[in-house]
Amino acid sequence: MKEASSIKRIVSFICLIAGIGLFVWAMALDFSGADVKYRGWLFILGVIGIIAGLYLFPTLKYHRTIINIIFLFPLLFAFFITVILPMFLGLFYSFTDWNGIEYHNFVGVENYAKMFRQPSFVWSILITALFVVANMILVNLVAFLLALLCTSKLKGMGFFRAAYFLPNLIGGIVLGYIWQFIFANVVTMMTNSLFNVRHSMLANTNTAFAGIVIVYIWQYAGYIMLIYITGLNTVPGDVLEAAAIDGANPVQTLFEIKIPMIAPTITICTFLTLTSAFKQFDVNLSLTNGAGAVPSFMGEFITNGTEMLALNIYSTAITERSYSYAQSKAFLFFVILACVSIIQVRISNKKEVEL
Amino acid sequence: MHTKEKTSSVIAKVVIAVIVAIYVLFPFALVVLNSCKAKNDITNNPIGFEGASFSQLLQNLNDVINNKSFLFWNAFGYSALITVLSLVLLALFGAMAAWVICRNKTKWSLAIYFTFIASMIIPFQVVMLPLISTFREAGNFIGIPMLMSVQGIVFAYLGFGGAMTVFILNGFIKGIPYDLEEAASIDGCSPEQTFFRVIFPLLTPVITTVTILNGMWIWNDYLLPSLMLGRSGDIKTLPIAVQAFVGSYVKQWNLILTGALLAILPMVILFLIAQKQIMKGMIEGAVKG
Repeated sequence: MKEASSIKRIVSFICLIAGIGLFVWAMALDFSGADVKYRGWLFILGVIGIIAGLYLFPTLKYHRTIINIIFLFPLLFAFFITVILPMFLGLFYSFTDWNGIEYHNFVGVENYAKMFRQPSFVWSILITALFVVANMILVNLVAFLLALLCTSKLKGMGFFRAAYFLPNLIGGIVLGYIWQFIFANVVTMMTNSLFNVRHSMLANTNTAFAGIVIVYIWQYAGYIMLIYITGLNTVPGDVLEAAAIDGANPVQTLFEIKIPMIAPTITICTFLTLTSAFKQFDVNLSLTNGAGAVPSFMGEFITNGTEMLALNIYSTAITERSYSYAQSKAFLFFVILACVSIIQVRISNKKEVEL
Repeated sequence: MHTKEKTSSVIAKVVIAVIVAIYVLFPFALVVLNSCKAKNDITNNPIGFEGASFSQLLQNLNDVINNKSFLFWNAFGYSALITVLSLVLLALFGAMAAWVICRNKTKWSLAIYFTFIASMIIPFQVVMLPLISTFREAGNFIGIPMLMSVQGIVFAYLGFGGAMTVFILNGFIKGIPYDLEEAASIDGCSPEQTFFRVIFPLLTPVITTVTILNGMWIWNDYLLPSLMLGRSGDIKTLPIAVQAFVGSYVKQWNLILTGALLAILPMVILFLIAQKQIMKGMIEGAVKG
């Protein structure tokens, strides 16, 4: 036993020293600017060596702490590099003239001031708000009605439930192209024979916007429906029976019992539709790519009639290459999203208590 | 009287259910139907059966699968590789982190936990631009490319999926009696043995849930791969390949729809196999999240 622990101790120290050594060697190569291919491997081996050394470190008292650190490290490190660090860097960059690689000057709040004078951006905010409100109402309504339908005790409802959920499995990019085909060919063929309208509904800003709403409901209602079904299934059967004995009709049962009892579910669903509609990007990109003429808005002719905020930020950065400007737009986006979600949750909680 | 009312309402419900199902499934049917047609037959009548044949489907498939800007098997392989690697690492590291956070009631673990939760509201747009420059710098620093590479994007998914994974796993681990761990430690298990032999096997149901949630998102994700892998790089995931393909074949609907068919097929097949688990996982994720 004693021998084993002394071997362990030696292995531990060797690993630690070798790990630190490799790590320092890799760092030295880095700073000396030497062009060597194996530098990355030195880093990885160094980190593995340090972790192995710590793991075998001959201590009983601190073993638990060491394990805690080793267990937390991979995920926390990835989280820090991909979320926390970029967020603070981004906040900083939004006050500079950053071009995606480097920055030269501080510009203060100029980026933030500029965006409110840009008609196409203000337009994006407005149609995003419209899109969010329309979808919060429509998706929840459609999903709730479908959930009522699917919870009625009929045979084969399992099939319909799965069928309604199916669109949610498919990524927005592919969906957008499929619907582009439907709007451009199938719907145009129908409107042509019915109303003699020859142009595609995607060619007009208003109908194209309606098109995005339709696709979004088609994609998302099935998912929200599933959550409502779960909520409706928690309403106890004996309560409904008691109501039926007392002579409540289905409409009364719905409004007096079912809806109040699933208030928490309604909160979850409005929150989900709100945040996901607000962040809508994929369908917007593949269906219309934001195109759509608006003859006069804030005294200007704008061509991004169906471009919502997420897409606007993307094209500001990737197409127009104004990185710091896009970054400040993204922060405004974040602030709006955070405020709206907090307000929504507050209001819902109040309503839940009242019900 | 009473039963008669019931039959009529049953019929009404079934009729509505069928109509909605037709509306929901119609786009899928159109994709399959038009993948079996030549270009001209589609423009003449997109909802008719004229010109639809199995040999035409094979012809379209052949044109699409071997197309230079699509390279279906290549894209499918990279999508599968990236998704599987990310899911395995998220499940393993997520469970490890969640267990530590859950079983240590120190101010540090609380701070980490609340940072994770708070970060869930951050939209991707806020971090995406600095993320690219951070990854470029990090790649230069350690000498392993983090952009345009599989390891880089898997690392990014580990970071972005971490918060939700820890949150859901944490809720589950709380419900596991602490006595189990005490018993294991009295029996001579070290903490890491306790985790891998006692706790980890118990997490199977909740790991299924997070794997489904993360998998749906990672498989279909467009924005992160398009920024990190580039839209014209060698490594393409399926959504990027579809986009590149559509961009190079404007209005060639027979090819575009066949490409769409190929892109949605893996997910639909998976859904037909594991329908119950997928729907259950999606619900649990939403209700807990």
